[in-house]
Amino acid sequence: MKATSHLQRPNRSLQVYAAVFLVVLYLPVLLIPLFAFNDSIYVRFPLRGFTTQWFVELWNRQPAWNAFWNSIRVGLTVAVISTVLGIVAAKAITRYRMPGRTALVTFIMMPLVIPGIIFGVALLVLLSRMGVPLSLYTVTLGHLIVCLPFAVATLLPRFEGFDRSMEEASADLGENGWWTFWRVTFPMVFPGVVASLLLTFTISFDEFIMAFFLTGTDPTLPIYIWSQLRFPQQFPSILALASLVLFFSIPLIFIAIWVGRLGVSQSSEGTAES
Amino acid sequence: MTGSSAFISVRSVSKAFGRFLAIDNVSMDIAQGEFFSLLGASGCGKTTLLRMLAGFESTTRGEIFIDGQPMSPVPPHHRPVNMVFQNYAIFPHLNVRDNIAYGLRKQRLPRARRHEMVEEMLELIKLPGFGTRKANELSGGQRQRIALARALILRPKVLLLDEPLGALDKQLREQMQLELRALQRKVGITFVFVTHDQEEALTLSDRIAVMQGGQVLQVDTPAGLYESPNSRSVASFIGNMNFFRGTVRRNGAANAIIETEGLGAIPVPDSRFARPDGAAVQVALRPEKFAISPTKPDAVHAVQGRLANSAYLGERSHFYITIEGRGEPIAVSAPNHNRFVANAGSHAEDTPLWLSWSSDAIVVLDPE
Amino acid sequence: MPEALDRMTRFSPTHPPPGEMPRIKTGRIATLLHRNETLRGYLLMSPTLAIMTIGIIIPFIILLVLSFWTRQGFEFDTTLTLTNYRRVASEPIFGALLARSLWISGVATITTVALCYPMAYFVAFHVRRNKMMWLILITLPFWTSYLLRVFAWKVILGYEGVINSALISLGWIEAPLEFLLYSREAVIITLAHAWAAFAILPLYVSLEKIDKSLLEAATDLGDGPVARFFRVTLPLSMPGVIAACFLIFIPTTGDYITPALLGGPDGMMIGNFIQVQFGPVNNWPMGATLSIVLMLWICAIALVFLFVTRKAQERIA
Repeated sequence: MKATSHLQRPNRSLQVYAAVFLVVLYLPVLLIPLFAFNDSIYVRFPLRGFTTQWFVELWNRQPAWNAFWNSIRVGLTVAVISTVLGIVAAKAITRYRMPGRTALVTFIMMPLVIPGIIFGVALLVLLSRMGVPLSLYTVTLGHLIVCLPFAVATLLPRFEGFDRSMEEASADLGENGWWTFWRVTFPMVFPGVVASLLLTFTISFDEFIMAFFLTGTDPTLPIYIWSQLRFPQQFPSILALASLVLFFSIPLIFIAIWVGRLGVSQSSEGTAES
Repeated sequence: MTGSSAFISVRSVSKAFGRFLAIDNVSMDIAQGEFFSLLGASGCGKTTLLRMLAGFESTTRGEIFIDGQPMSPVPPHHRPVNMVFQNYAIFPHLNVRDNIAYGLRKQRLPRARRHEMVEEMLELIKLPGFGTRKANELSGGQRQRIALARALILRPKVLLLDEPLGALDKQLREQMQLELRALQRKVGITFVFVTHDQEEALTLSDRIAVMQGGQVLQVDTPAGLYESPNSRSVASFIGNMNFFRGTVRRNGAANAIIETEGLGAIPVPDSRFARPDGAAVQVALRPEKFAISPTKPDAVHAVQGRLANSAYLGERSHFYITIEGRGEPIAVSAPNHNRFVANAGSHAEDTPLWLSWSSDAIVVLDPE
Repeated sequence: MPEALDRMTRFSPTHPPPGEMPRIKTGRIATLLHRNETLRGYLLMSPTLAIMTIGIIIPFIILLVLSFWTRQGFEFDTTLTLTNYRRVASEPIFGALLARSLWISGVATITTVALCYPMAYFVAFHVRRNKMMWLILITLPFWTSYLLRVFAWKVILGYEGVINSALISLGWIEAPLEFLLYSREAVIITLAHAWAAFAILPLYVSLEKIDKSLLEAATDLGDGPVARFFRVTLPLSMPGVIAACFLIFIPTTGDYITPALLGGPDGMMIGNFIQVQFGPVNNWPMGATLSIVLMLWICAIALVFLFVTRKAQERIA
């Protein structure tokens, strides 16, 4: 630990700013569970009293369950496929002398910055021209496009972080590419794989705009929530549903980021040591 | 060396990375059981050549044979060679035992037998009882030994070592040099060793290939390289060397005389070199081949000079001496076994002194 | 050689002699792949590239083609014409919507970057322990459902929402403030809040990279904290500022949820209009044209922005 330098003197106003920033960042999200337990159909102050009736109502609502399971199915499929593709792409990008590598990476990362609505309508047009009916499969395809950049961005640092000579050592000791992958590469990038699975699952689970254009008759959870926003009497149970989604996805994301970063910092320590 | 006894045979091999020619038409033969070093400055192609032997780089042209088999169609994991990596590449997610046993998977040995073999290797590298240590609990020297054990347990025909001592501090490096040499004698495997440290190469090797700019300049024993370098590059890369311009004079006699700048006429037997009358040559003489004395010595070849500069280095002293007929001072290195030499630092500049040498110490090279 | 073998077997007595090493067997394809790295790399990439081609390139080409078609009842007239583009250029509603979208995104971008800069500065220079914890804390809300975060703002800004009901129950106002919801301001506030993480990360990275000794040098050469910030810290963190601007401006121009939930008629953006073309109005070629025009505008603004900042940086340097 370095001693406090002249430049790092505590700055009171900056500290206050940071605190306010965090409060404002979290407050809107925290209001959702607050009103989900409020004993009133109206979302307004003053609070009326504590109730769990909205959660009970939600529990008994079959369409919400259907939408939930649809989202789980799409999310798991997307997480597995995009992570596998991410692993393969990250390996190719970091391990082989490929001309046009930078262009490739830019291409893969494009969906991160281009408005989602454009991808959504473009895919919609393609699918309808091909006569493919909209279904959970088309949603899955859309989510793959959205999630792949995140999977690659999560996995690339792991692949870049570990020394290529590890894989060469394995080949040198007689293992072919397949076994080298399972005995050396995979264990070493494993935290990145976990992070990628968790992140892509949550992104798919929460994704709205692609699903909005590509959903058929089976809605995903965000689409279901969207469809219920029109009915004021449904508001409290939607708040309950939203609270549950937040309650489960925040820890998931936290673990994903933590595990992902933990691994990277550890491996870089390891190489710095040797 | 005849083709039949060559265990590794590198035939006209070139390697291009884009436009850059990393290896330029290299040929060499390495015998079974030899400790063979590739020596050169960084970027000379030595590591590329080693990686081509291991199979990590393909050959652009030419072919490498190991034990008579052409290697270009053989991927790294099927080659009968193993490598000790520069950074050792110890798998961080495995303990020492699993690192050493890594390559044994295909042999499908019972677990007890595998452990037994690992223990034998740990004995061999003098790290018994280290089997369950984690990779990140090891020091540099220990990593190096484990990398060796991991490769040797597979009984490779050839062990490739990529500057394995470079990361160690001086004292440990010298100790590991001795151990490495002893180990190689014990297991009798052919070692191909890459280094940029000429002293290390001279200490360890049976033979050394000196490389520069992707080409092999000379392949010889350590003594052969030091005493009879074949070019100015080799001569100045290994040790220090004074170069003098010279001209061959043959007066019909069997042995020629070389008229050397500053040093006068030096007779050289034809068995050492054969050049026509009047040919321009370079005469090379190592600093320690000169003897130094305050008065005219009783030697055939001697010349008087003046001290330009000197440095006292403990066991020996270095002098820079200007002589007539040569602009550049001559570098001389002499052991401190008499008072005159030992007091090097106290002699004033321009002190007159005498240099002597014997004619068989000189090396004759073609001019650059 | 036999002697060497003998020595070897001494420390590993049960090994088969090297002659029995597995013979080398490789097929022609394996050899080709072994020798050609580029081929191996692209082979590995091919599934990813296939998905990206199906999901991005082909749809874009079709979208482009579609934008030159026109609607004929429920069918498309597949003759290529510039009709849609002419309409976009001539009818003021399109231009107004585009301009409003770019304006809202632009203001949201500047607001976000300006509000996030001090936070990134704080984490980069004043947090010493648990930096990673702070970063996770700041970026965590970004990963939660975008829809729910926008929804939360609807709850806050609504006619009977948190702010209005709180102000009324405190007795500060009589009637609800109507401008809170369904306005451009509502959209801008929500966008700035929702995209904060996209600004924090690049800003933090560029600030963290600044060599602290440069700041000490500036102080040593007589700059006070303010002068030092404007003469050293800010110019050196410009790459982060530029990256943050791009990362927010480009996606938000096409945003759909926020204006749909909070914009009202005044806050409607081009994204909503595109959706309307594909939905209720059912004029897909027009929707495709608007998407293409939006993309072109984004590209043009991005290029101008890049050009201007590069010129400005050259001037400074």
